[in-house]
Amino acid sequence: MGTESLAGPESAGRTSPPTRERLSGWGRTSPSVAEVLRPRSREEIAEAVTTAGPRGIVARGLGRSYGDPAQNGGGRVLDLTGMNRILAVDLDTGQVVVEPGVSLHQLMEAMLPFGYFVPVTPGTRHVTVGGAIACDIHGKSHHADGSFAQHVVSMDLLLADGGVRTLTPESEPELFWATAGGMGLTGVVLRATLRMLPVETSRILVETKRVADLDEAMARMTETDADHRFSVASLDNLATGPSLGRGWVESGNFATVADLPAKQRENPLAFHPKPVASMPDLFPSGLLNRRTIRLMNLANFRRAPQNSHTHIASIGGFFHPLDAIHDWNRVYGPAGFLQYQFVVPFDAASTLRRIVERVAVQRAPSFVTVLKRFGPASPGYLSFPTEGWTLTYDFPTGTPGLPGLLRWMDGKVLEAGGRLYLAKDSRMSAADLEAMYPRLEAFRKVRAAADPQGVFVSDQSRRLSL
Amino acid sequence: MKDSLGSVQSLLVLGGSSDIAVATARKLAQDKTKRIILAARPSERLDAAVTLLRSHGADVRTVDFDALDFSSHEKVLAPLFEEGDIDVVLLAFGVLGEQARDERDPLSAAQVVQTNYVGAVTSSLVCAEALRKQGHGSLVVLSSVAAERARKANFIYGSSKAGLDAFAQGLGDSLEGTGVHVMIVRPSFVETKMTTGRPKAPMSTTAEAVADGIVEGLRRNAEMIWVPAPVRFAMSAVRHLPRPVFRKVAEKQG
Repeated sequence: MGTESLAGPESAGRTSPPTRERLSGWGRTSPSVAEVLRPRSREEIAEAVTTAGPRGIVARGLGRSYGDPAQNGGGRVLDLTGMNRILAVDLDTGQVVVEPGVSLHQLMEAMLPFGYFVPVTPGTRHVTVGGAIACDIHGKSHHADGSFAQHVVSMDLLLADGGVRTLTPESEPELFWATAGGMGLTGVVLRATLRMLPVETSRILVETKRVADLDEAMARMTETDADHRFSVASLDNLATGPSLGRGWVESGNFATVADLPAKQRENPLAFHPKPVASMPDLFPSGLLNRRTIRLMNLANFRRAPQNSHTHIASIGGFFHPLDAIHDWNRVYGPAGFLQYQFVVPFDAASTLRRIVERVAVQRAPSFVTVLKRFGPASPGYLSFPTEGWTLTYDFPTGTPGLPGLLRWMDGKVLEAGGRLYLAKDSRMSAADLEAMYPRLEAFRKVRAAADPQGVFVSDQSRRLSL
Repeated sequence: MKDSLGSVQSLLVLGGSSDIAVATARKLAQDKTKRIILAARPSERLDAAVTLLRSHGADVRTVDFDALDFSSHEKVLAPLFEEGDIDVVLLAFGVLGEQARDERDPLSAAQVVQTNYVGAVTSSLVCAEALRKQGHGSLVVLSSVAAERARKANFIYGSSKAGLDAFAQGLGDSLEGTGVHVMIVRPSFVETKMTTGRPKAPMSTTAEAVADGIVEGLRRNAEMIWVPAPVRFAMSAVRHLPRPVFRKVAEKQG
């Protein structure tokens, strides 16, 4: 097996031998053991795919999906973090050509000095481009910018038979939009061309305002979304009664040079995020519980300014606060946690309210509770974002009564015409998936044509009969 | 694959008509288990279990399985894993025997040992290998507190469970790093069809309670559970009793 690569000798790293590894998602639940391969070239990927065996294969990036989409018990997992070269940059058009294992962090470091930011960023920079496409991720700018795949100009996809197809939304809309949001089940993205976002500075001008309840949060977001590229509300999920849904709303735009204080103007595109700390793996499960999370939620709420306050934030501080702590998921202990993210249409605000209420009354603690407005959906068959309200909770798995609560929430979301996010999912049912994603059948047809033998499988695809 | 909350999607029960097996399968079906295979000898009890589990919405099928037919275990059990992943295998078969009779009739004692130990070893080895190939799954082995210290009133049964218990502990250790988890269940005296008419021991339990313990243990990937939980501490004390004292205590229990 050669380590020859397409873009020159500097990249031809040594390929390490396959290992058997126990893999789980970011939530550290439901691990399984697979053979992990770390290819360094297209040829090695093709060989791994075409010799995959009965348990199949799936690609994995930095493992930030919460559940089980990037693991494949008893089969193969392709760790693509070694395929991390930026192959070409066009500074006039802002287009970059990258390998799938390039992380958004890496892209920011490389491109911010030239005045380009990634088109979409989620709550962590430590995701790969391959993963971002497979999950068709979104960020605080969805209402303005849409989802990640909407900024993909083209991609090369390796199919189950070892063949490579170059996909653009125009030339191959079906396979392109089955791959975008397709959870890695159509093939392996070998390279992608992205349209980056031109920016004048690396700072965000953020307006923060405390909101007394859910209505105020929703009203403020609806009002500020029109002239802010980024917006998000954080809620104290345990507050009840008149304080139900209290929290703070942040609305932001990239700052112009003129917005910056004199000192920052010297280097307006500076980007030097440093991890503040690393989380040791010694926390017991249950440290984050009702009592501790109630206190933290309260402290965060009190800290938010009562009247609208504007400040200049760094990219890390505004988009990725948790990235400052390496391995922060360990704080949940070995039992792990799960993230529950749903979207319901704007006209189903009453469902949103009922869910917020029930979670608060049942005192299910969530350390991070985030509300956001989605703009129109992308054409992705399984892309999550659809126009409406999206709410995200982080629950420790040991929370009493959690299975029943989440099942009740599934039902409400489904009733309202909403859906759950596959990149966060670790427990939904196959029947609910079927009902929430009306284009699932169409996706299956495209996938069956591209991968008739079902070579690309994951623990998630088995669990959900995807 | 068990989900992030430890809910089981597919279950294989060996000895599918026992009270503990049916109670456990019912609780799992009420939770999220959609696919259940009951491996047992055909019987009316088995048919009743199928009907019951179907009424809870599970897709249930049966497989003719005889614990004593060791040579058939590979052929009967291995193909079940080809139909789809199995998250949990519950090894629930076993016989109590008839201590007095078995002492007089060595062949009938052998039957108890062959069922509870030899049959359990062959069938769990087949299942463990299949689970290892799928890279995840739990094997739940029904042991007994009698495995910790057998009394003169139950030592044939007790020794067979002691063998199985030691086997399952070693199997669990050998599967470390494969994604497969072995859980040993040590119930105290269980009031079931197997024990009807026998005098109740202190801290006795029910099939329902054992099933609850198993479901909860599966959620947290426990390696060993006692039902009821405090029996663990009681047995820990009993294990260290000097023999003459133990004989006196055991005498009182009958």
